[in-house]
Amino acid sequence: MSDIFPKWTNRLPAMVIVGAMLAGGAATFGVAYYFSPKYTRTGYQPIQPVSFSHAIHADQLGLDCRYCHNGVEKSWYSNIPSASTCMNCHNQVLKDDPRLAEVRRSFATGEPIPWVQIHKLPDYVYFNHSVHVNRGVSCAECHGPVNKMDEVKHEKSLGMPFCLECHRNPEKRIRPIEEVYNLDWKRPEGFDKTGEKFVHDWNVLPGDSCTVCHR
Amino acid sequence: MRYFLVVLLMTSAAVWLVAGKRGDATRKPPIEIFDDMVRQVKFRPQQPNGFFANGRTSQGIVEGTVSRGSQYQDDAINTGILLGTTNFVDVIPVPVTASLMARGSQRFDISCRPCHGALGDGNGITKKFGMGVVANLHDPRIVQLADGEIFQTITHGKNLMSGYGANIAIEDRWAIVAYVRALQRTRLATKDDMPEEFRAMAQ
Repeated sequence: MSDIFPKWTNRLPAMVIVGAMLAGGAATFGVAYYFSPKYTRTGYQPIQPVSFSHAIHADQLGLDCRYCHNGVEKSWYSNIPSASTCMNCHNQVLKDDPRLAEVRRSFATGEPIPWVQIHKLPDYVYFNHSVHVNRGVSCAECHGPVNKMDEVKHEKSLGMPFCLECHRNPEKRIRPIEEVYNLDWKRPEGFDKTGEKFVHDWNVLPGDSCTVCHR
Repeated sequence: MRYFLVVLLMTSAAVWLVAGKRGDATRKPPIEIFDDMVRQVKFRPQQPNGFFANGRTSQGIVEGTVSRGSQYQDDAINTGILLGTTNFVDVIPVPVTASLMARGSQRFDISCRPCHGALGDGNGITKKFGMGVVANLHDPRIVQLADGEIFQTITHGKNLMSGYGANIAIEDRWAIVAYVRALQRTRLATKDDMPEEFRAMAQ
C-alpha cells in the first residue's frame, strides 16, 4: 500500500507553528510600531499658508513666545496670533514682500489665515496650557525645539504614555519659571533635587488618574 | 516554507519602504481610524466652523455688548484718561509695588523690547531689519508725557506703532508704564539720588 501522505508532511505541524509565529510576530511588531502616535503623529510637517519661520523670529530675533502666543499664560489653549500682531512689525519690515501677501490680505479683510493645525490632541483630552507653563513646564517639553524650526514639525508623540511619563515624575521635567520660554535651557547635572523642591513648593500635583485629563 | 519566508520578508520590506520609520517628516495629515470620539461634534477655539457666516468658531464680541469680566468702564484705570475729561492721568492709578515693577520688566521684554530695545533707547533688534523710526523712550518729550498718555499709546499705538491693547492686559500696561519710568530714571538720576555710601564711587 502506497503512502497516503508523503514523508515531508511529518514536518507540516512544525512548519505551520513556526510560520504562524513568524507571521504573527511580524504583524504584532508592525501594529505596535505603526499603530502608535509615535508613528502616526510625529513628523507631521504640513505646508502652511504663510512660510513663517519660528527659527527667524524666536531664535534669530529673540522674540519671546508670548509676543505672539500672548494668551498661553491665561488660557487653556495657546492662541495663534491674529494678522494684526504680524503687522505690528510687517507694516514696515518686508512691507511689500510677496511671501506676506496672505498676512496683508487677512489684515485688510479680517478673514483668518488658514493655518494648518499640527499638534492636535483628541477631543476627549482636556489639556490646559496655562497650568503647565505657569508651573515650570516649558513649551519645549511637548513641542520640541520650535525656536530652531523653519517649518514646525510634530516632534513628540503627545500620546498618553508621553503625558504619563511626566505626570508620574514631574521633577524630571520641571524647570525654573523664568526659563519656561527659554527653549534653549539645558537641564544642569543633578537638577532633580531642585526639581523635587519646585514640585513641593509650587504644589505641583499632576496626578495620573483618568479624570486629570479626561472628563 | 522557503516561499513562505520569501513572501513574509518581501511583505515586511514593502511595509517598511512604504511606511518608513517613526518621526519621518511628512506632509500628509495623521491618519485617524475610528475617529468618532477623537473628533467630536464640538468646536475648539480658532477652528473653522461652517455654522457662522464668517466661518469661525471664535466669534468677536457683538457690537454694543460687553463680555463678562471685561473691563469696559471709562475709568481712568481702563483708559488712562480722567473720567469725564480729556486729561490724561498724571500718575499710575494702581499701587506701584516691587511685584508690579518686576511684572513690568517682564512684559516690557516680551512686547516692547523687540523694537524699543532692552534699554528703551529705540535700538531694538527689528531696527536691523527695516523697522523705521522707533521712539527713544528717553526722549525728553516722552519723559514729560503723563503716565496716562504712555498707557494710551501702548493701548492704541501712535504713528507707525500699532496698538497693543488687544495683546497686553490693562494691569500689565500699567506695569509697563511703571517700568518705562524706571528706565527713564536710569538716565536722569543724579548723584544725589544715590545712597550715601555709593556716592564716593560715582564719578
